[in-house]
Amino acid sequence: MTIADTTDTRPDQTVIDGSKFDAEEARHARNKRLESVGKWALPAIVVLLTIWGWDHVVKVNNIPHYILPSPGLVAETLYEDWGTLFPSMLVTLKIAMMALLVAVLGGVGLAILFTQSKFAEMAFFPYAVILQVTPIVSVAPLIFIYVDNRTVALLICAWVVAFFPILANTTLGLKSADHNLRDLMTIYRANRWQRLRYLQLPSALPYFLGGLRIAGGLSLIGAVVAEYVAGTGGIGSGLAFRILEAGYRLNIPRMFAALLLIALLGVAIFMATTILNWFLLRKWHESALKRES
Amino acid sequence: MSLPPRQIRPLGDRPRILQMQDLDKTFNGNVTALHRMNLTVNEGDLISLLGPSGCGKSTALRLIAGLMRPTSGRILWEGGQGADDLGVVFQEPTLMPWATVTQNVWLPFRLRGKSLSSVRSQIEQALALVGLEKFGDSYPRELSGGMKMRVSIARALVTNPRLILMDEPFAALDEITRQKLNNDLLSLKAATGCTIIFVTHSVFESVFLSDRILVMAPRPGRVVKEITVDEPYPRGLAFRTSATYGDIARETSEALMSAMGDAVEEHA
Ligand SMILES: Nc1ncnc2c1ncn2[C@@H]1O[C@H](COP(=O)(O)OP(=O)(O)OP(=O)(O)O)[C@@H](O)[C@H]1O
Ligand SMILES: [Mg+2]
Repeated sequence: MTIADTTDTRPDQTVIDGSKFDAEEARHARNKRLESVGKWALPAIVVLLTIWGWDHVVKVNNIPHYILPSPGLVAETLYEDWGTLFPSMLVTLKIAMMALLVAVLGGVGLAILFTQSKFAEMAFFPYAVILQVTPIVSVAPLIFIYVDNRTVALLICAWVVAFFPILANTTLGLKSADHNLRDLMTIYRANRWQRLRYLQLPSALPYFLGGLRIAGGLSLIGAVVAEYVAGTGGIGSGLAFRILEAGYRLNIPRMFAALLLIALLGVAIFMATTILNWFLLRKWHESALKRES
Repeated sequence: MSLPPRQIRPLGDRPRILQMQDLDKTFNGNVTALHRMNLTVNEGDLISLLGPSGCGKSTALRLIAGLMRPTSGRILWEGGQGADDLGVVFQEPTLMPWATVTQNVWLPFRLRGKSLSSVRSQIEQALALVGLEKFGDSYPRELSGGMKMRVSIARALVTNPRLILMDEPFAALDEITRQKLNNDLLSLKAATGCTIIFVTHSVFESVFLSDRILVMAPRPGRVVKEITVDEPYPRGLAFRTSATYGDIARETSEALMSAMGDAVEEHA
Protein backbone atom coordinates (compact mmCIF):
# COMPACT_ATOMS: atom_id res chain seq x y z
CA MET A 1 0.00 0.00 0.00
CA THR A 2 1.18 3.48 -0.77
CA ILE A 3 -0.23 4.89 2.41
CA ALA A 4 2.52 3.15 4.37
CA ASP A 5 5.16 5.02 2.33
CA THR A 6 3.85 8.42 3.24
CA THR A 7 3.94 8.10 7.01
CA ASP A 8 7.27 9.95 7.33
CA THR A 9 6.58 13.45 8.53
CA ARG A 10 8.37 16.66 7.91
CA PRO A 11 9.11 18.90 10.91
CA ASP A 12 6.63 21.51 9.71
CA GLN A 13 3.73 19.06 9.78
CA THR A 14 1.44 18.61 12.71
CA VAL A 15 0.68 14.99 13.31
CA ILE A 16 -2.58 13.90 14.81
CA ASP A 17 -1.74 10.36 15.65
CA GLY A 18 -4.29 7.67 16.39
CA SER A 19 -2.16 6.12 19.11
CA LYS A 20 -1.91 9.46 20.89
CA PHE A 21 -5.66 9.67 20.78
CA ASP A 22 -5.78 6.29 22.44
CA ALA A 23 -3.56 7.58 25.22
CA GLU A 24 -5.79 10.59 25.62
CA GLU A 25 -8.87 8.41 25.62
CA ALA A 26 -7.35 6.19 28.30
CA ARG A 27 -6.60 9.22 30.43
CA HIS A 28 -10.14 10.39 29.91
CA ALA A 29 -11.55 7.03 30.94
CA ARG A 30 -9.29 7.01 34.01
CA ASN A 31 -10.56 10.46 35.02
CA LYS A 32 -14.10 9.29 34.63
CA ARG A 33 -13.50 6.25 36.80
CA LEU A 34 -11.89 8.45 39.44
CA GLU A 35 -14.85 10.79 39.25
CA SER A 36 -17.38 8.02 39.70
CA VAL A 37 -15.50 6.70 42.73
CA GLY A 38 -15.03 10.20 44.11
CA LYS A 39 -18.72 10.94 43.79
CA TRP A 40 -19.36 8.46 46.59
CA ALA A 41 -16.04 8.37 48.40
CA LEU A 42 -15.59 12.12 48.95
CA PRO A 43 -18.88 12.78 50.73
CA ALA A 44 -18.37 9.61 52.78
CA ILE A 45 -14.91 10.78 53.85
CA VAL A 46 -16.25 14.22 54.78
CA VAL A 47 -19.01 12.66 56.88
CA LEU A 48 -16.58 10.31 58.62
CA LEU A 49 -14.19 13.19 59.35
CA THR A 50 -17.05 15.26 60.76
CA ILE A 51 -18.12 12.43 63.06
CA TRP A 52 -14.54 11.89 64.17
CA GLY A 53 -14.10 15.62 64.82
CA TRP A 54 -17.35 15.75 66.76
CA ASP A 55 -16.27 12.78 68.89
CA HIS A 56 -12.86 14.34 69.42
CA VAL A 57 -14.32 17.67 70.56
CA VAL A 58 -16.63 15.95 73.02
CA LYS A 59 -13.84 13.80 74.47
CA VAL A 60 -11.14 16.44 74.69
CA ASN A 61 -13.39 19.05 76.32
CA ASN A 62 -15.18 16.54 78.49
CA ILE A 63 -18.55 17.89 77.38
CA PRO A 64 -21.37 16.31 79.40
CA HIS A 65 -23.82 14.23 77.40
CA TYR A 66 -26.81 16.44 78.31
CA ILE A 67 -25.14 19.28 76.41
CA LEU A 68 -23.54 17.51 73.48
CA PRO A 69 -23.64 13.71 73.32
CA SER A 70 -20.87 11.92 71.47
CA PRO A 71 -21.74 10.28 68.16
CA GLY A 72 -21.29 6.87 69.75
CA LEU A 73 -23.85 7.66 72.40
CA VAL A 74 -26.32 8.91 69.75
CA ALA A 75 -25.92 5.65 67.86
CA GLU A 76 -26.35 3.68 71.04
CA THR A 77 -29.52 5.62 71.91
CA LEU A 78 -30.83 5.11 68.42
CA TYR A 79 -30.32 1.38 68.85
CA GLU A 80 -31.81 1.20 72.34
CA ASP A 81 -34.79 3.47 71.64
CA TRP A 82 -35.51 1.96 68.24
CA GLY A 83 -38.71 0.51 69.62
CA THR A 84 -40.15 4.01 70.27
CA LEU A 85 -38.35 5.98 67.57
CA PHE A 86 -39.07 3.74 64.61
CA PRO A 87 -42.88 3.78 65.01
CA SER A 88 -42.63 7.57 65.43
CA MET A 89 -40.71 7.79 62.21
CA LEU A 90 -43.42 5.80 60.46
CA VAL A 91 -46.06 8.19 61.83
CA THR A 92 -44.20 11.25 60.53
CA LEU A 93 -43.50 9.54 57.21
CA LYS A 94 -47.15 8.61 56.87
CA ILE A 95 -48.33 12.18 57.49
CA ALA A 96 -45.75 13.60 55.07
CA MET A 97 -46.58 11.08 52.35
CA MET A 98 -50.33 11.52 52.69
CA ALA A 99 -49.88 15.29 52.58
CA LEU A 100 -47.72 14.93 49.48
CA LEU A 101 -50.35 12.74 47.84
CA VAL A 102 -53.11 15.25 48.58
CA ALA A 103 -50.80 18.06 47.43
CA VAL A 104 -50.23 16.25 44.12
CA LEU A 105 -53.93 15.63 43.60
CA GLY A 106 -54.91 19.14 44.69
CA GLY A 107 -52.03 20.90 42.92
CA VAL A 108 -52.42 19.08 39.61
CA GLY A 109 -56.21 19.27 39.79
CA LEU A 110 -56.19 23.02 40.42
CA ALA A 111 -53.56 23.54 37.72
CA ILE A 112 -55.75 21.73 35.20
CA LEU A 113 -58.76 23.76 36.32
CA PHE A 114 -56.74 26.97 35.95
CA THR A 115 -55.67 26.16 32.40
CA GLN A 116 -59.19 25.14 31.40
CA SER A 117 -60.82 28.26 32.76
CA LYS A 118 -59.26 31.71 32.95
CA PHE A 119 -62.00 32.80 35.35
CA ALA A 120 -61.25 30.01 37.79
CA GLU A 121 -57.60 31.07 37.74
CA MET A 122 -58.45 34.73 38.31
CA ALA A 123 -60.79 33.82 41.14
CA PHE A 124 -58.70 31.29 43.03
CA PHE A 125 -55.07 32.05 42.33
CA PRO A 126 -54.91 34.81 44.99
CA TYR A 127 -55.96 32.27 47.61
CA ALA A 128 -53.23 29.90 46.51
CA VAL A 129 -50.69 32.69 46.90
CA ILE A 130 -52.06 33.77 50.30
CA LEU A 131 -51.90 30.19 51.55
CA GLN A 132 -48.34 29.97 50.33
CA VAL A 133 -47.02 33.19 51.84
CA THR A 134 -48.65 32.85 55.25
CA PRO A 135 -46.19 31.11 57.57
CA ILE A 136 -47.61 27.76 58.57
CA VAL A 137 -46.64 28.20 62.25
CA SER A 138 -49.02 31.13 62.47
CA VAL A 139 -51.97 29.31 60.93
CA ALA A 140 -51.44 25.89 62.44
CA PRO A 141 -52.83 26.73 65.94
CA LEU A 142 -56.11 27.82 64.33
CA ILE A 143 -56.28 24.63 62.32
CA PHE A 144 -55.80 22.61 65.50
CA ILE A 145 -58.64 24.53 67.14
CA TYR A 146 -61.12 24.04 64.31
CA VAL A 147 -60.22 20.50 63.29
CA ASP A 148 -60.89 17.88 65.95
CA ASN A 149 -59.16 14.95 64.37
CA ARG A 150 -55.46 15.40 65.07
CA THR A 151 -54.25 13.42 62.06
CA VAL A 152 -56.47 15.41 59.71
CA ALA A 153 -55.21 18.68 61.21
CA LEU A 154 -51.58 17.59 60.75
CA LEU A 155 -52.36 16.57 57.20
CA ILE A 156 -53.93 19.95 56.41
CA CYS A 157 -50.85 21.79 57.72
CA ALA A 158 -48.43 19.66 55.72
CA TRP A 159 -50.61 20.00 52.63
CA VAL A 160 -50.76 23.80 52.85
CA VAL A 161 -46.97 23.90 52.85
CA ALA A 162 -46.44 21.35 50.10
CA PHE A 163 -49.06 22.03 47.48
CA PHE A 164 -48.00 25.40 46.08
CA PRO A 165 -44.84 24.36 44.21
CA ILE A 166 -46.83 21.61 42.54
CA LEU A 167 -49.62 23.99 41.58
CA ALA A 168 -47.29 26.71 40.31
CA ASN A 169 -44.99 24.37 38.37
CA THR A 170 -47.76 22.30 36.83
CA THR A 171 -49.67 25.41 35.75
CA LEU A 172 -46.54 26.74 34.08
CA GLY A 173 -45.91 23.35 32.43
CA LEU A 174 -49.44 23.01 31.09
CA LYS A 175 -49.12 26.43 29.49
CA SER A 176 -45.69 25.83 28.00
CA ALA A 177 -46.64 23.34 25.29
CA ASP A 178 -44.98 24.04 21.93
CA HIS A 179 -47.11 26.52 19.98
CA ASN A 180 -46.77 24.65 16.69
CA LEU A 181 -47.97 21.47 18.37
CA ARG A 182 -50.89 23.45 19.74
CA ASP A 183 -51.72 24.61 16.21
CA LEU A 184 -51.45 21.02 15.04
CA MET A 185 -54.00 20.00 17.66
CA THR A 186 -56.34 22.73 16.41
CA ILE A 187 -55.90 21.64 12.80
CA TYR A 188 -56.70 18.05 13.72
CA ARG A 189 -59.76 19.23 15.66
CA ALA A 190 -58.59 17.86 18.98
CA ASN A 191 -61.06 18.45 21.80
CA ARG A 192 -60.11 19.82 25.23
CA TRP A 193 -59.62 16.41 26.73
CA GLN A 194 -57.39 15.17 23.88
CA ARG A 195 -55.37 18.37 23.97
CA LEU A 196 -54.85 17.92 27.69
CA ARG A 197 -54.01 14.25 27.51
CA TYR A 198 -51.81 14.15 24.42
CA LEU A 199 -50.12 17.54 24.58
CA GLN A 200 -50.45 19.54 27.79
CA LEU A 201 -49.94 16.83 30.39
CA PRO A 202 -46.82 15.34 28.75
CA SER A 203 -45.40 18.87 28.27
CA ALA A 204 -46.06 19.59 31.95
CA LEU A 205 -44.46 16.38 33.25
CA PRO A 206 -40.90 17.73 33.70
CA TYR A 207 -42.25 20.85 35.40
CA PHE A 208 -44.52 18.79 37.64
CA LEU A 209 -41.61 16.56 38.67
CA GLY A 210 -39.55 19.63 39.53
CA GLY A 211 -42.39 20.80 41.74
CA LEU A 212 -42.69 17.34 43.30
CA ARG A 213 -39.04 17.39 44.36
CA ILE A 214 -39.56 20.62 46.24
CA ALA A 215 -42.93 19.55 47.62
CA GLY A 216 -41.50 16.26 48.92
CA GLY A 217 -39.14 18.11 51.24
CA LEU A 218 -41.78 20.66 52.16
CA SER A 219 -44.34 18.02 53.11
CA LEU A 220 -41.88 16.64 55.68
CA ILE A 221 -41.18 20.14 56.99
CA GLY A 222 -44.93 20.79 57.16
CA ALA A 223 -45.58 17.57 59.06
CA VAL A 224 -42.80 18.25 61.57
CA VAL A 225 -43.73 21.90 62.12
CA ALA A 226 -47.40 21.00 62.60
CA GLU A 227 -46.43 18.42 65.19
CA TYR A 228 -44.38 21.00 67.06
CA VAL A 229 -47.33 23.36 67.08
CA ALA A 230 -49.64 20.60 68.25
CA GLY A 231 -47.19 20.09 71.11
CA THR A 232 -47.11 17.28 73.59
CA GLY A 233 -50.59 17.95 74.86
CA GLY A 234 -52.29 15.57 72.48
CA ILE A 235 -51.71 11.92 71.92
CA GLY A 236 -48.84 12.65 69.59
CA SER A 237 -46.31 10.09 68.54
CA GLY A 238 -44.40 11.46 65.55
CA LEU A 239 -40.68 12.27 65.50
CA ALA A 240 -41.22 15.95 66.35
CA PHE A 241 -43.22 14.86 69.37
CA ARG A 242 -40.34 12.63 70.45
CA ILE A 243 -37.93 15.55 70.12
CA LEU A 244 -40.14 17.81 72.23
CA GLU A 245 -40.64 15.08 74.81
CA ALA A 246 -36.92 14.31 74.97
CA GLY A 247 -36.24 18.03 75.34
CA TYR A 248 -38.46 18.30 78.38
CA ARG A 249 -36.69 15.34 79.93
CA LEU A 250 -33.28 16.69 78.99
CA ASN A 251 -32.66 13.46 77.11
CA ILE A 252 -30.34 15.12 74.61
CA PRO A 253 -28.97 11.92 73.01
CA ARG A 254 -32.49 10.88 72.11
CA MET A 255 -33.14 14.31 70.62
CA PHE A 256 -30.13 13.82 68.40
CA ALA A 257 -31.24 10.33 67.44
CA ALA A 258 -34.71 11.60 66.44
CA LEU A 259 -33.16 14.48 64.55
CA LEU A 260 -30.95 12.06 62.67
CA LEU A 261 -34.01 10.05 61.66
CA ILE A 262 -35.79 13.16 60.38
CA ALA A 263 -32.77 14.08 58.27
CA LEU A 264 -32.60 10.54 56.91
CA LEU A 265 -36.31 10.70 56.05
CA GLY A 266 -35.76 13.93 54.14
CA VAL A 267 -32.86 12.46 52.21
CA ALA A 268 -34.89 9.33 51.42
CA ILE A 269 -37.80 11.40 50.10
CA PHE A 270 -35.47 13.49 47.99
CA MET A 271 -33.81 10.40 46.54
CA ALA A 272 -37.17 8.79 45.79
CA THR A 273 -38.38 11.85 43.84
CA THR A 274 -35.04 12.06 42.01
CA ILE A 275 -35.29 8.43 40.94
CA LEU A 276 -38.90 8.90 39.85
CA ASN A 277 -37.82 11.94 37.85
CA TRP A 278 -35.09 9.99 36.11
CA PHE A 279 -37.34 7.03 35.46
CA LEU A 280 -40.10 9.06 33.80
CA LEU A 281 -37.89 11.38 31.75
CA ARG A 282 -34.89 9.22 30.87
CA LYS A 283 -36.18 8.47 27.37
CA TRP A 284 -36.77 11.95 26.09
CA HIS A 285 -36.13 14.94 28.33
CA GLU A 286 -32.89 16.92 28.20
CA SER A 287 -32.56 17.00 31.97
CA ALA A 288 -32.42 13.21 32.25
CA LEU A 289 -30.34 12.38 29.19
CA LYS A 290 -26.85 10.97 29.49
CA ARG A 291 -24.52 12.48 26.95
CA GLU A 292 -21.64 10.71 25.32
CA SER A 293 -18.28 11.77 26.82
CA MET B 1 -55.94 -0.79 3.97
CA SER B 2 -53.41 1.24 2.06
CA LEU B 3 -52.99 4.77 0.83
CA PRO B 4 -54.92 4.75 -2.45
CA PRO B 5 -52.86 6.67 -5.02
CA ARG B 6 -54.87 9.47 -6.56
CA GLN B 7 -54.81 9.97 -10.28
CA ILE B 8 -53.10 13.23 -11.20
CA ARG B 9 -54.81 14.89 -14.13
CA PRO B 10 -53.05 17.31 -16.46
CA LEU B 11 -52.93 20.98 -15.51
CA GLY B 12 -56.08 22.77 -16.58
CA ASP B 13 -58.22 19.67 -16.14
CA ARG B 14 -58.20 19.41 -12.39
CA PRO B 15 -61.24 19.76 -10.16
CA ARG B 16 -61.05 22.73 -7.82
CA ILE B 17 -60.55 22.16 -4.08
CA LEU B 18 -60.52 25.65 -2.68
CA GLN B 19 -60.59 29.26 -3.63
CA MET B 20 -59.40 32.34 -1.77
CA GLN B 21 -61.44 35.32 -2.83
CA ASP B 22 -60.31 38.92 -2.24
CA LEU B 23 -58.92 38.02 1.11
CA ASP B 24 -57.78 40.74 3.51
CA LYS B 25 -55.97 40.13 6.75
CA THR B 26 -55.09 42.98 9.06
CA PHE B 27 -53.37 42.52 12.41
CA ASN B 28 -54.21 44.76 15.35
CA GLY B 29 -56.10 47.07 13.03
CA ASN B 30 -52.98 48.51 11.38
CA VAL B 31 -50.59 45.85 10.03
CA THR B 32 -51.99 44.76 6.67
CA ALA B 33 -50.51 41.31 6.06
CA LEU B 34 -52.65 40.38 3.06
CA HIS B 35 -54.67 42.58 0.74
CA ARG B 36 -56.99 41.30 -2.00
CA MET B 37 -55.30 37.94 -2.04
CA ASN B 38 -56.70 35.53 -4.61
CA LEU B 39 -55.70 31.97 -5.23
CA THR B 40 -57.19 28.73 -6.45
CA VAL B 41 -56.09 25.24 -5.49
CA ASN B 42 -56.96 22.28 -7.72
CA GLU B 43 -56.73 18.61 -6.93
CA GLY B 44 -53.23 17.31 -7.63
CA ASP B 45 -51.55 20.73 -7.69
CA LEU B 46 -48.17 21.26 -6.15
CA ILE B 47 -48.28 24.99 -5.60
CA SER B 48 -45.32 27.04 -4.47
CA LEU B 49 -46.07 30.24 -2.63
CA LEU B 50 -42.93 32.24 -3.36
CA GLY B 51 -42.17 35.61 -1.89
CA PRO B 52 -39.79 37.61 0.27
CA SER B 53 -39.83 37.40 4.04
CA GLY B 54 -42.81 39.09 5.63
CA CYS B 55 -45.03 39.08 2.55
CA GLY B 56 -47.71 37.01 4.28
CA LYS B 57 -47.02 33.45 3.11
CA SER B 58 -47.41 31.93 6.56
CA THR B 59 -50.46 34.08 7.17
CA ALA B 60 -52.07 32.70 3.99
CA LEU B 61 -51.42 29.11 5.13
CA ARG B 62 -52.76 29.79 8.62
CA LEU B 63 -55.93 31.22 7.09
CA ILE B 64 -56.39 28.13 4.93
CA ALA B 65 -55.76 25.89 7.95
CA GLY B 66 -58.47 27.75 9.84
CA LEU B 67 -56.03 28.86 12.54
CA MET B 68 -57.24 32.45 12.09
CA ARG B 69 -60.13 34.24 10.42
CA PRO B 70 -59.80 36.67 7.51
CA THR B 71 -60.58 40.34 8.13
CA SER B 72 -62.63 40.35 4.94
CA GLY B 73 -63.05 38.20 1.85
CA ARG B 74 -63.61 34.47 2.01
CA ILE B 75 -62.20 31.01 1.54
CA LEU B 76 -64.42 28.68 -0.42
CA TRP B 77 -63.95 24.95 0.00
CA GLU B 78 -65.50 22.53 -2.50
CA GLY B 79 -67.39 19.77 -0.74
CA GLY B 80 -68.55 19.58 2.81
CA GLN B 81 -65.42 18.82 4.80
CA GLY B 82 -63.79 22.23 4.52
CA ALA B 83 -60.52 22.39 6.41
CA ASP B 84 -61.24 19.18 8.31
CA ASP B 85 -59.05 17.05 6.12
CA LEU B 86 -55.59 18.63 6.18
CA GLY B 87 -51.98 17.67 6.69
CA VAL B 88 -49.45 20.25 7.87
CA VAL B 89 -45.67 20.46 7.93
CA PHE B 90 -44.13 23.38 9.77
CA GLN B 91 -40.66 24.86 9.41
CA GLU B 92 -39.64 22.99 12.55
CA PRO B 93 -40.34 19.24 12.70
CA THR B 94 -42.80 19.86 15.58
CA LEU B 95 -42.70 16.33 16.96
CA MET B 96 -43.73 15.28 20.44
CA PRO B 97 -40.38 14.54 22.14
CA TRP B 98 -41.96 12.12 24.62
CA ALA B 99 -43.37 9.90 21.89
CA THR B 100 -41.71 7.46 19.49
CA VAL B 101 -41.73 8.03 15.74
CA THR B 102 -44.64 5.60 15.34
CA GLN B 103 -46.63 7.32 18.07
CA ASN B 104 -45.96 10.70 16.48
CA VAL B 105 -47.24 9.54 13.11
CA TRP B 106 -50.21 7.92 14.85
CA LEU B 107 -51.33 11.30 16.27
CA PRO B 108 -53.76 12.39 13.50
CA PHE B 109 -55.48 9.00 13.71
CA ARG B 110 -55.39 8.93 17.48
CA LEU B 111 -57.23 12.24 17.62
CA ARG B 112 -59.93 10.64 15.48
CA GLY B 113 -60.26 7.84 18.00
CA LYS B 114 -58.41 5.16 16.02
CA SER B 115 -56.37 2.56 17.89
CA LEU B 116 -52.76 1.97 16.92
CA SER B 117 -53.40 -1.59 15.76
CA SER B 118 -56.20 -0.51 13.41
CA VAL B 119 -53.94 1.94 11.54
CA ARG B 120 -50.56 0.29 11.92
CA SER B 121 -50.31 -0.62 8.25
CA GLN B 122 -50.96 2.99 7.15
CA ILE B 123 -48.34 4.25 9.59
CA GLU B 124 -45.81 1.72 8.36
CA GLN B 125 -46.56 2.65 4.79
CA ALA B 126 -46.17 6.37 5.45
CA LEU B 127 -42.85 5.73 7.21
CA ALA B 128 -41.72 3.59 4.28
CA LEU B 129 -42.62 6.41 1.88
CA VAL B 130 -40.22 8.74 3.69
CA GLY B 131 -37.62 5.99 4.12
CA LEU B 132 -37.88 5.58 7.88
CA GLU B 133 -39.47 2.14 8.18
CA LYS B 134 -36.69 1.03 10.52
CA PHE B 135 -37.03 3.94 12.93
CA GLY B 136 -40.56 3.46 14.22
CA ASP B 137 -39.39 2.86 17.79
CA SER B 138 -36.84 5.69 17.91
CA TYR B 139 -37.40 8.88 19.82
CA PRO B 140 -37.16 12.21 17.95
CA ARG B 141 -33.94 13.15 19.79
CA GLU B 142 -32.23 10.13 18.27
CA LEU B 143 -32.85 11.39 14.72
CA SER B 144 -31.03 13.94 12.56
CA GLY B 145 -32.75 17.15 11.47
CA GLY B 146 -33.58 15.73 8.04
CA MET B 147 -34.99 12.54 9.54
CA LYS B 148 -37.19 14.52 11.94
CA MET B 149 -38.54 16.46 8.98
CA ARG B 150 -39.32 13.16 7.26
CA VAL B 151 -41.30 12.03 10.29
CA SER B 152 -43.20 15.29 10.15
CA ILE B 153 -43.99 14.68 6.47
CA ALA B 154 -45.07 11.10 7.21
CA ARG B 155 -47.44 12.42 9.87
CA ALA B 156 -48.91 14.94 7.40
CA LEU B 157 -49.63 12.37 4.71
CA VAL B 158 -50.55 9.32 6.79
CA THR B 159 -54.27 10.15 6.69
CA ASN B 160 -54.06 10.74 2.93
CA PRO B 161 -55.54 14.22 3.34
CA ARG B 162 -57.15 16.31 0.63
CA LEU B 163 -54.56 19.05 1.03
CA ILE B 164 -51.11 19.24 2.63
CA LEU B 165 -49.73 22.61 3.75
CA MET B 166 -45.97 22.99 4.06
CA ASP B 167 -44.45 26.17 5.49
CA GLU B 168 -40.78 26.36 4.46
CA PRO B 169 -40.29 22.77 5.62
CA PHE B 170 -36.69 22.45 4.45
CA ALA B 171 -35.46 25.99 5.11
CA ALA B 172 -33.48 25.00 8.19
CA LEU B 173 -31.70 22.07 6.54
CA ASP B 174 -28.36 21.96 4.75
CA GLU B 175 -28.29 22.07 0.96
CA ILE B 176 -27.55 18.36 0.44
CA THR B 177 -30.30 17.16 2.76
CA ARG B 178 -32.61 19.69 1.23
CA GLN B 179 -32.07 18.42 -2.32
CA LYS B 180 -32.54 14.86 -1.17
CA LEU B 181 -35.79 15.77 0.52
CA ASN B 182 -36.94 17.71 -2.55
CA ASN B 183 -36.41 14.60 -4.67
CA ASP B 184 -38.18 12.44 -2.12
CA LEU B 185 -41.09 14.85 -1.92
CA LEU B 186 -41.56 14.50 -5.66
CA SER B 187 -41.50 10.68 -5.57
CA LEU B 188 -43.93 10.87 -2.73
CA LYS B 189 -46.16 13.13 -4.76
CA ALA B 190 -45.99 10.75 -7.71
CA ALA B 191 -46.81 7.82 -5.43
CA THR B 192 -49.77 9.39 -3.64
CA GLY B 193 -51.04 12.10 -5.98
CA CYS B 194 -51.54 14.40 -3.02
CA THR B 195 -52.21 18.12 -3.32
CA ILE B 196 -49.61 20.39 -1.72
CA ILE B 197 -49.17 24.08 -1.03
CA PHE B 198 -45.49 24.63 -0.43
CA VAL B 199 -44.22 27.91 1.01
CA THR B 200 -40.66 28.82 0.12
CA HIS B 201 -38.43 31.76 -0.63
CA SER B 202 -36.12 29.80 -2.86
CA VAL B 203 -36.69 30.34 -6.59
CA PHE B 204 -34.90 27.10 -7.47
CA GLU B 205 -36.83 25.01 -5.03
CA SER B 206 -40.11 26.37 -6.33
CA VAL B 207 -39.24 25.72 -9.98
CA PHE B 208 -37.96 22.23 -9.32
CA LEU B 209 -40.88 21.14 -7.17
CA SER B 210 -44.07 22.76 -8.28
CA ASP B 211 -46.35 22.78 -11.26
CA ARG B 212 -47.74 26.18 -10.28
CA ILE B 213 -45.65 28.98 -8.80
CA LEU B 214 -47.54 31.84 -7.20
CA VAL B 215 -45.25 34.84 -6.77
CA MET B 216 -46.24 37.11 -3.92
CA ALA B 217 -45.41 40.76 -3.39
CA PRO B 218 -44.96 42.29 0.06
CA ARG B 219 -46.68 45.22 1.80
CA PRO B 220 -49.45 44.43 1.34
CA GLY B 221 -49.11 40.72 0.62
CA ARG B 222 -50.84 39.47 -2.52
CA VAL B 223 -50.29 37.16 -5.49
CA VAL B 224 -48.85 39.14 -8.38
CA LYS B 225 -47.96 36.44 -10.89
CA GLU B 226 -48.62 32.82 -11.63
CA ILE B 227 -46.07 30.74 -13.51
CA THR B 228 -46.87 27.19 -14.60
CA VAL B 229 -44.21 24.52 -14.84
CA ASP B 230 -45.72 21.96 -17.18
CA GLU B 231 -43.13 19.25 -16.66
CA PRO B 232 -44.19 15.71 -15.76
CA TYR B 233 -43.35 14.08 -12.40
CA PRO B 234 -41.16 12.57 -11.20
CA ARG B 235 -38.52 15.13 -12.06
CA GLY B 236 -34.83 14.53 -11.65
CA LEU B 237 -31.37 15.72 -12.54
CA ALA B 238 -32.29 15.91 -16.22
CA PHE B 239 -34.90 18.55 -15.46
CA ARG B 240 -32.63 20.41 -13.03
CA THR B 241 -30.08 20.88 -15.80
CA SER B 242 -32.47 21.47 -18.69
CA ALA B 243 -32.95 24.70 -20.62
CA THR B 244 -36.63 24.78 -19.65
CA TYR B 245 -35.63 24.81 -16.01
CA GLY B 246 -33.24 27.70 -16.58
CA ASP B 247 -35.83 29.69 -18.51
CA ILE B 248 -38.51 29.25 -15.88
CA ALA B 249 -36.06 30.05 -13.10
CA ARG B 250 -35.15 33.29 -14.88
CA GLU B 251 -38.80 34.20 -15.43
CA THR B 252 -39.58 33.49 -11.78
CA SER B 253 -36.61 35.51 -10.53
CA GLU B 254 -37.65 38.45 -12.68
CA ALA B 255 -41.22 38.25 -11.39
CA LEU B 256 -39.91 38.18 -7.85
CA MET B 257 -37.59 41.13 -8.44
CA SER B 258 -40.32 43.24 -9.97
CA ALA B 259 -42.68 42.32 -7.15
CA MET B 260 -40.11 43.54 -4.65
CA GLY B 261 -39.34 46.61 -6.78
CA ASP B 262 -43.01 47.58 -6.57
CA ALA B 263 -42.84 47.39 -2.86
CA VAL B 264 -39.74 49.56 -2.69
CA GLU B 265 -41.38 52.18 -4.89
CA GLU B 266 -44.55 52.10 -2.85
CA HIS B 267 -42.51 52.47 0.27
CA ALA B 268 -40.56 55.50 -0.95
N1 LIG C 1 -49.86 37.41 14.95
C1 LIG C 1 -49.45 38.52 14.31
N2 LIG C 1 -49.63 39.74 14.85
C2 LIG C 1 -49.23 40.86 14.20
N3 LIG C 1 -48.63 40.87 13.03
C3 LIG C 1 -48.40 39.69 12.41
C4 LIG C 1 -48.79 38.46 13.03
N4 LIG C 1 -48.45 37.45 12.19
C5 LIG C 1 -47.87 38.03 11.14
N5 LIG C 1 -47.83 39.38 11.26
C6 LIG C 1 -47.31 40.33 10.26
O1 LIG C 1 -47.84 39.99 9.00
C7 LIG C 1 -46.86 40.07 7.99
C8 LIG C 1 -46.74 38.75 7.26
O2 LIG C 1 -46.20 37.76 8.14
P1 LIG C 1 -45.97 36.27 7.71
O3 LIG C 1 -45.45 35.55 8.87
O4 LIG C 1 -47.19 35.74 7.07
O5 LIG C 1 -44.83 36.45 6.62
P2 LIG C 1 -44.04 35.32 5.80
O6 LIG C 1 -44.22 35.62 4.37
O7 LIG C 1 -44.43 33.98 6.26
O8 LIG C 1 -42.54 35.63 6.19
P3 LIG C 1 -41.31 34.60 6.40
O9 LIG C 1 -40.84 34.20 5.05
O10 LIG C 1 -40.29 35.42 7.12
O11 LIG C 1 -41.83 33.46 7.23
C9 LIG C 1 -45.57 40.50 8.67
O12 LIG C 1 -45.38 41.88 8.43
C10 LIG C 1 -45.81 40.23 10.14
O13 LIG C 1 -45.17 41.22 10.91
MG1 LIG D 1 -43.42 32.38 7.41
